[in-house]
Amino acid sequence: MTAAAEGSPPLTADGIRRRPPLLQSESFQGLALISPTLLYALILLLLPILVVFAHSFWTQNYLTIDHTFTLQNYRTALTEPIYLDLLWRSLFVSLLVSLFTVVLAYPIAYFISFHGGSHKGLWLFLITIPFWTSYLLRVMSWKVILGYNGVLNSGLMGLGLISEPSTALLYNTSAVIITLTHAWAAFAILPIFVSLEKVDRTLIEAAKDLGDGPLRSFLRVTLPLSAPGVISALLIVMIPTVGDYVTPKLVGGKDGVMIANAIQAQFGKASNWPLGAALSVTTMVVVSLMAGGAVFLIRAAARLAR
Amino acid sequence: MLDRPTPDRRVPDRPMIEIRDVTRSYGAFKALDDCSLTIREGEFFSLLGPSGCGKTTLLRMIAGFDNPTSGTIAVDGQEMVGVPANRRPTNMVFQSYAIFPHLNVEQNVAYGLKRLKLDPVEEKRRVDEVLAMVSLNGLGKRGAHELSGGQRQRVALARALVMRPKVLLLDEPLSALDKKLREQMQVELRRLQQAVGITFILVTHDQYEALAMSDRIAVMFGGRIAQVASPKEMYQRPVNRQVADFLGGMNFVKAEVVEENGSSITVDTLGFGRVTTEKPKAFVRNGAGATLGIRPERLRVLWDNATAKYEVAGTVVERHYFGEITHLIVEIPGLEKPLSVTETNDFGADDIPVGAAIRLGYDRDALVAMAD
Repeated sequence: MTAAAEGSPPLTADGIRRRPPLLQSESFQGLALISPTLLYALILLLLPILVVFAHSFWTQNYLTIDHTFTLQNYRTALTEPIYLDLLWRSLFVSLLVSLFTVVLAYPIAYFISFHGGSHKGLWLFLITIPFWTSYLLRVMSWKVILGYNGVLNSGLMGLGLISEPSTALLYNTSAVIITLTHAWAAFAILPIFVSLEKVDRTLIEAAKDLGDGPLRSFLRVTLPLSAPGVISALLIVMIPTVGDYVTPKLVGGKDGVMIANAIQAQFGKASNWPLGAALSVTTMVVVSLMAGGAVFLIRAAARLAR
Repeated sequence: MLDRPTPDRRVPDRPMIEIRDVTRSYGAFKALDDCSLTIREGEFFSLLGPSGCGKTTLLRMIAGFDNPTSGTIAVDGQEMVGVPANRRPTNMVFQSYAIFPHLNVEQNVAYGLKRLKLDPVEEKRRVDEVLAMVSLNGLGKRGAHELSGGQRQRVALARALVMRPKVLLLDEPLSALDKKLREQMQVELRRLQQAVGITFILVTHDQYEALAMSDRIAVMFGGRIAQVASPKEMYQRPVNRQVADFLGGMNFVKAEVVEENGSSITVDTLGFGRVTTEKPKAFVRNGAGATLGIRPERLRVLWDNATAKYEVAGTVVERHYFGEITHLIVEIPGLEKPLSVTETNDFGADDIPVGAAIRLGYDRDALVAMAD
C-alpha cells in the first residue's frame, strides 16, 4: 500500500472496498457518542409516550384498567364541547403567546446583535437573570402586578386614570397570555439572536449599495435571513405553552383554563387515565399539525417576499 | 450593451471623482491622512497598496459606507459627504461578493432594479442583457449556493452593472480566485470596462493586477497617497524606494546628489559612476543622499566578448531557476549589496555557474534616481 491510499478505505487485491470493522465505522462511533443521551431519551420520553398512547385505547373501571381496545376515549375527547373548547382556547393562547413573544423578542435580539458592540455577552447575561428564580415565582409576581390591589391597579389609581381597581386584569385569558409572553421571552430572544448573528453584514451593505434604505434592506435581507431563528422561536414558545397548566391555574381564573388543566384533572381528581391519555394524544397531534402549518406558512411567506 | 449617454457627449478628462484633503481618524490613528485625488470619467483607476494602507477605507468612503473626518468627496460634481450609500450613483463589487444566499442569480441581479419599479419585461431584458455581458446566460435560475467562485464574482459584477452606476467600485474582486481564473478575469474586467465606459475604481494589493488593468494607479502607504501615475510611469519612474519596492523588484544603490535642476538630476554612485537622469515629479531631497534604482530585468548578461556602452562586472553568488527565467545574484565590487538580475533562459543563463565572473550591460535610461 502506498501513502496515497491513506485516508481512504483500504482496498483489497482485486480493488473491492472492504467494509471497515464495525467498531471503527463512522456510524457506529456516532451512535456510541449519542447512546447515553439516546438511552435516556428512550427511557424517559419514548416509553412514557408509548404508555400514554396505550392507555388512550383502554378503559378505567375505578382502580383497574380494562385492556380491551376501544376508541371511546377519542370519541369523548373530540365530541365533548368542553374539551373542544379547551383545546381551541389552548391553541389560540399558545398561538397568540408565540406571536407576541416573537414580535417583542425580535427587536431585543436585533438590538443586541446589531448594536450590542462588545457588550453582547453582558446583554445576553442580563436577559437570563429572571431565570435565576423559579418559574412559579415569576408567575406569582405577575399576580402581584395584575391583582386587585396589585401594582398596576394602584399605579393607575394613583395617576387618577381609574377610580376603583379593575378586576379585568387578572384571572382571565389575557392574564395568561401576558404572563406566558413574559415567561418565554428569553427562549425566543436567543434563537433569533443566533440567526441574526449569522447574517453576513456585507449583505446588508450590499442591499444599501443597491439602493435600499434601512427599512427595505431589513425587510428584504435581514428578516428573510433570520427566518430560521424566527421559526424556531415560534415553535419553542408555541409547543410548550399549549400544554402549560401552572400559569392558567395561577393567573387564569375560570376563563383562563386550558386543555392541560383538563388533562391534569383526568389523571388526578377525575381518575380517568384513559381519557386523560386520549386528550394528551389529541393535543400532541393537533400541536404538531399547528407547528407544521406555521412553518409552512412562514416559508411560503418568505418565498413570496422575494 | 447598456444604454448609456452617447459617447460623444462625454468630455475627455472630465473629473468623475474629486477627493479633496480627506482625512479619516480613528482616535489617534489616521487611516487616511490628507488624501487628494481626481479620477477621470471612463477611467480604470486602481488604488494599490499593502493591507492597512487605507485603500479600502477610501473606496468605502466613495461608496458611502464611511465618512471622512475632514475633507470632501464629490462624484460627478456633486458633494457626497453625508449622502447615504443608497442615494449615491456608485455601485460596489464586494470582496466577499455578498451574493444574497436566499435569492437565485436572476433575483440577485434584479435586486436593485426592484426599487425602480420597472415594467417586468423591461426588467427581465436588463437582467438578461447584463447576464449575457458577464457570460452567465442561462444560469439565471441557479441558486446562490450552486455557483463557483468565478460565477459568484460575475453575479456580483452583473448586480452592480445592471444599476448603470456612474462609478463601479471593486474591492479586491479577484483575490479569492485561483491564479489562472484571476488572470482570465483581469482581461475580462478590462474588456468589460472599455465596453461599458463606466469609471472603474479597483482596490488591490496585487501590483501586477494594477499594472495590467489600469489606466492610472494611485499607490498608497500608511494612509497617504505616495504617487499617482500610469502603470508604465509608475513602474519605470517610481517616486521613492517604497513605491519602487512595492511594484516588483528593484536594485537600490546608494547615491549622492551632485547637481539638481528643474528636469534632471545628477548623482554619484560607487558601481554606476556619475549618472544624470530625468527627475521624478515628486522628488523631495533630504540632504545629499538619494537612491539610484535599476530593475533586475534591465540588467543583461554580456556573453563572451559582447560589450555594452554601460557595463558593470561582478561575480555570481547565487542562482535561482524559475522556468522561463533565471534569477542571478551578482556581487559587484564597491557595492554594499549584490545586484539581482533577471535573465531569460534563451541563451543559457540557467547554466551560468555560481562563482563565475560576469559582466552586466544596461541602458542609461534604465537607471532611476529617487528620494530615499
